[in-house]
This record gives sequence, C-alpha cells and structure tokens, in this order.
Amino acid sequence: MPEITYNEAIRSALREEMRRDERVFIIGEDIGRYGGAFGVTTGMLDEFGEKRIIETPISEPSIIGAAVGAALLGMRPVAEIMFMDFTLLTLDQIGNQAAKMHYMFGGKAVVPMVVRMPGGSGTGAAAQHSQSLETLLMHLPGLKVVTPSTPYDAKGLLLTAIRDLNPVCFIEHKLLYKTKGEVPEGEYTIPFGVADIKREGTDLTIVSNGIMVHKALAVADRLAKEGINVEIIDPRTLVPLDSETIINSVVKTGKLLVIHEACETAGWAGEIMAVVSSSRAFDYLDTPMRRLTGKNVPIPYNRILERAAVPQEEDIEREIRAILNGAY
Amino acid sequence: MGEEQKKETFTEKVERLKLSTEELLDMYKTMCVIRQFELMADKLYALGKVHGTMHLSAGQEAVAVGLSRATRVDDYLINHHRGHGHFISKQANINLMMCEFLGKEAGYCKGRGGSMHIADFSSNNLGANGIVGGGIPHSLGVGLAIQMKKMDQICITIFGDGASNEGVFHETLNMAALWKLPILYVCENNKYGMSMDVERVSAKLPIAQRAEAYGIPWHYIDGNDLLSVYEHARDAAERIRSGNGPVFIETQTYRYFGHSKSDRNLYRSKEEIETWKTTKDPILRFGNHLIESGLIKPQDTEVYEQEALSIIEAAVAFADASPEPDPSTVTEYVYA
Repeated sequence: MPEITYNEAIRSALREEMRRDERVFIIGEDIGRYGGAFGVTTGMLDEFGEKRIIETPISEPSIIGAAVGAALLGMRPVAEIMFMDFTLLTLDQIGNQAAKMHYMFGGKAVVPMVVRMPGGSGTGAAAQHSQSLETLLMHLPGLKVVTPSTPYDAKGLLLTAIRDLNPVCFIEHKLLYKTKGEVPEGEYTIPFGVADIKREGTDLTIVSNGIMVHKALAVADRLAKEGINVEIIDPRTLVPLDSETIINSVVKTGKLLVIHEACETAGWAGEIMAVVSSSRAFDYLDTPMRRLTGKNVPIPYNRILERAAVPQEEDIEREIRAILNGAY
Repeated sequence: MGEEQKKETFTEKVERLKLSTEELLDMYKTMCVIRQFELMADKLYALGKVHGTMHLSAGQEAVAVGLSRATRVDDYLINHHRGHGHFISKQANINLMMCEFLGKEAGYCKGRGGSMHIADFSSNNLGANGIVGGGIPHSLGVGLAIQMKKMDQICITIFGDGASNEGVFHETLNMAALWKLPILYVCENNKYGMSMDVERVSAKLPIAQRAEAYGIPWHYIDGNDLLSVYEHARDAAERIRSGNGPVFIETQTYRYFGHSKSDRNLYRSKEEIETWKTTKDPILRFGNHLIESGLIKPQDTEVYEQEALSIIEAAVAFADASPEPDPSTVTEYVYA
C-alpha cells in the first residue's frame, strides 16, 4: 500500500469525490491558487475550476451560511474554515442553522454539508489559532463530529462525511498534516460510530483522538518493553460515539485513561467517563477513571509554555505508571 | 412616496401592469386571509391555546402578496420570523399552517418548529428563521446552487429592518453582488426592531441605500401600496432572472401588533398605530381602489373578509381535531 501524508489523504478524498459527484464543491478562504492555509486544496483549482473551488472574502459566518443554503438545494458543499478557532465566528450558522434545520422543520430539511477545520496547538500560533473546540460542537444535537488521527482514517472518514446527509464537523489536527501512513488507492469509506483499536493491550484502556493518539502510541511502545500492555482506542467520531468498543475494552482492562488536547473543564473525557460509569464496565473498574487533558488556559505563544499547556509524552507515561501503581 | 407623486390613476396602472380583475381579486382576498390568520392567532393566544410565542404581520400584507404575485410559485423563499403572510401568499395550506402554529403533528414541521419555523420544502419555501438575519447568508448557497444546476428560479430573501444591522447582511450582499447571484433581497421595514425605532439604530436611511455600497440596484418603496410592491418586485425578478445579479428592495410598512406576545407597545404611541391603521392600511387602500374603479362594490369587502375568516375558522377546527405529537418521538429527526 502506498504511503501518503494526512494532507494528501484529505485532498485525495476531496478530489475523488468531486470527480465522482458533481454536486460536491469546496467553499472557503484562499483555497484556490494559494491552496488553503495548510495546502490541502493545492492544485484543485486547476482541475475543477473556480465554479467548484469557490474562494470567498473573509466572511466566515456567510461561508457556512452559503454551505447551508446550497445543501438545502441538494448540493454537497465542503466548507473550509481556515482555523478551527474561526469556527467561533460562525456559531450561529453551525449551531442555530445547520444543526437544527432537520429537526425544527420536522425532518423535511436535509443539510448534507461538511465543515473542515484545522485545530490543535503546537505551531506557535498562540491563543486564537490553536484551540481544540470539539466539545463545543459535540454539545449541539444535529452535528456529527469527526477527528481523524491517521491518513487512512482521514480519507475514509471524509468520504463518509461528504456522503452523510447531516452537517459534519471534520476536525483536522495541524500537526498531523505532514505525517505519513498507508492509504489504499481508490475508494473506501469508514463508517461513523466505529472506533478503531489502534493498539491492543490488557493492562489499561486509553481513549484518545487526533495527535494524542500518536503520543499515546509512542509511550505504549516504550512501556511494552517493560511488559506493560496498553490498549489505545481512537473513537474517530466523537458524535456518533462507539460506546460499546470502549466499554468492552474497560471490561477487559479494568482501567481507563482518557487523553485529549482540549481543555479539561466539560471536555469530552468527562463524557467518556460518564458512559463507562453508567455501563456494565463500572463493575470491572479496579482503579478510579482518570483524564489527562489540556489545561484550562488559552494556548500560550512561548514554546515551553505551549508544550506545558497540553499533554506531552512524559505526562502520559507518568499518568499511566501512576494508575498502574495504584496511586489513585 | 408612491401614488401621490404619480399622475397615473389606479385603472391606468392596472392596465399598464396587465393585471386581470381575477388577479386583483386574488390579491385582495389573499391579504384578507393573512389579516384574518393574524387576528385569529392573537385571539387564540388570548384564549391560552398557543404554547409559544408568535410574531404577527398584520399591517404588512401588501409586501407578502405583492412579492409573491410578482414572482413564480417555484421561486425559492427564505423568510424571517414574522413570516405568516409570506407563507400564506406562497400558497401554503392554511390547515397545515394552523396545525404547526398550534404544535400539532400534522403541521408543516410536525409541531417541532412552531410559528417561527414554518417551512414547506415541497414548495421551495425554505423556512422562517428565529435568528434575526440568520437566513440571509443561506441565499448565497441557494443562489450558487441555482447557478450550478442551471435552473431558472430566483431566491427571494426577506428580512426585517433589524436584520440589516447584522454582520451577515453585509457579508452576504457583498458576495451576492460579486458572484451576480439570482437573489431578490427584500428588507421589510416595519419601523421597529422589537422596540428600537429604525431611526435610532441606523446611521443613514433608507436602509436600502446600503446596497449601493455593493453595487446592487436598490429601491425604497411604499410597502403598503400593493401595486408598487408588485411592480418593483416584478421588474426586479425579471432583471435577476436574466442573469444580472441581485436587486434590493426596501418596503416601508408597519406592524399593528407588538413585536411578540410580551410587547406592551411602550415605545410608540397609540396615535401612531391608529394613524397607520386608518390612513395607510394596505387592505383598506387596495379595497378602496377596487371600489373606486368599479371592480367591486363597497359591500363586497365585508364578504371577502367573511370568506377569509371562514377559511381560518376551518383551519382552527382542523387543527383542534388534530393529534398532538407522541412524546416517544421527541428524539426523532435529530439526524437525517
């Protein structure tokens, strides 16, 4: 299987779907000649032209609004919001409009649209270009929330997202764009609501997404040399959530650690813990469930501070050891 | 404004616009149905039969009817929260509207939307919006889709004076003009955004002149003059349908009821409301023209009013007899 980057995998999904379905178009800022702020749409203007690679003024709310309107008429818009932080500018259109139309119009409106949004810290872009806001979106019924961690998942999930009949928030982590992974040529889709067990283990269940999956994997590989077997589950889609895979894993390991870059307070780690604690897995827990998350701070600029604001490999290792050593 | 400046008589105008007596009577009757729907809505609320809030458009009927009769039934409509009149004039089924208003399962949105969110996708009526200005940017996508699919419809996007101060108003006008989208923007200025007089919130009036900044042709017209609304909308629709990009029309009108059920009208005088009702009422004015030109007899207006009331009363009876939604279905329709 050929290895391509996360960035290329996303572009490949967009390109293949636009070739297959003429209803699909992309709308956003600087997505044409510039190729998008992270180069995801590089070269697509040449193939599809400016009628399908629609470059807009800097008007984020109306980019999403335009996608809503086109979706209502049966198109399949894919909107690009340059940084996930700018999603906050568009919350009316995402939260009050796209998310609610199917319900408030009694099931008669269908809003098949995707909003792609790069999130996450680690690029020195500071407080307004580094956030992980997936929990905000998870709290709005009507939206689906996808956070791929590998090139393979990114492509398969994006194809599913474009074909889904609901508004889908597709969150890409900036630090993953250049990471490589095996991706088959041609079409394949990954269903929503199916978690992927990124690493099988018996001693502790880690649930994580995005860049944190890779950090957890690196730590797990090191700990394996000491005979510690960590299981790592990537939900891949936070809405809908594959509770069953998580519950089954906790039944097996008896221990849960949820890791995310997003802030701790009301972060989705709490949701996972609620799911586990109200399930049959509760009886199998032999230590308290734990979460390791971004701190409750805006992402700072300074390199050392920025690192300190979100979980790093050494934090993950320390936390795993603490849980396994019965520290809690 | 309007007719005083023009020498043209009503009859001459009707002839120039090539409107048949049948069409004129349909317009009059439709305005009556809208008025009776709104009066009944108010009455039902007073009787405690309405669970939620409502925004009534009595006094603004000429805008809805003029627009709808000047455009095609299959043109797309993006509506605002004070939208009953626009739905009725877009030939909505009154029974299903009343069901939605009263929250019944048979309603257009199965009772999930209510007064503020009535939509009928089967007639290209893309729904009303509870967020002021929230629907305005949807017009961009509708316009783009019309262009991409090479359809010949236009998108009529209606909003109030209050919405013109939302950011998306400006973003959208800019892009619609840039891309020459087939959209008729209608600012239905009823003088107040909730309690705020349009003069207190707009640095420069009329609102329509803001379209100038985006190179969009604009008109500020008397929204209570039915034929003026009709003529401007008809000309605008023709221009838009021919691929010349958007047009902006501001219709000056007035709402008789308060903003919503909680409004005690503390920000305007009884005299002001009475003056609009007695001297500028769109139904009264159009009815007088029909009488003066001999198209109807004075006593006919009462007959049409009664007919309209009967339609509304039948709708209330239909809705009363309709079942409530089943609570076990509350989580249906979250996802398609």
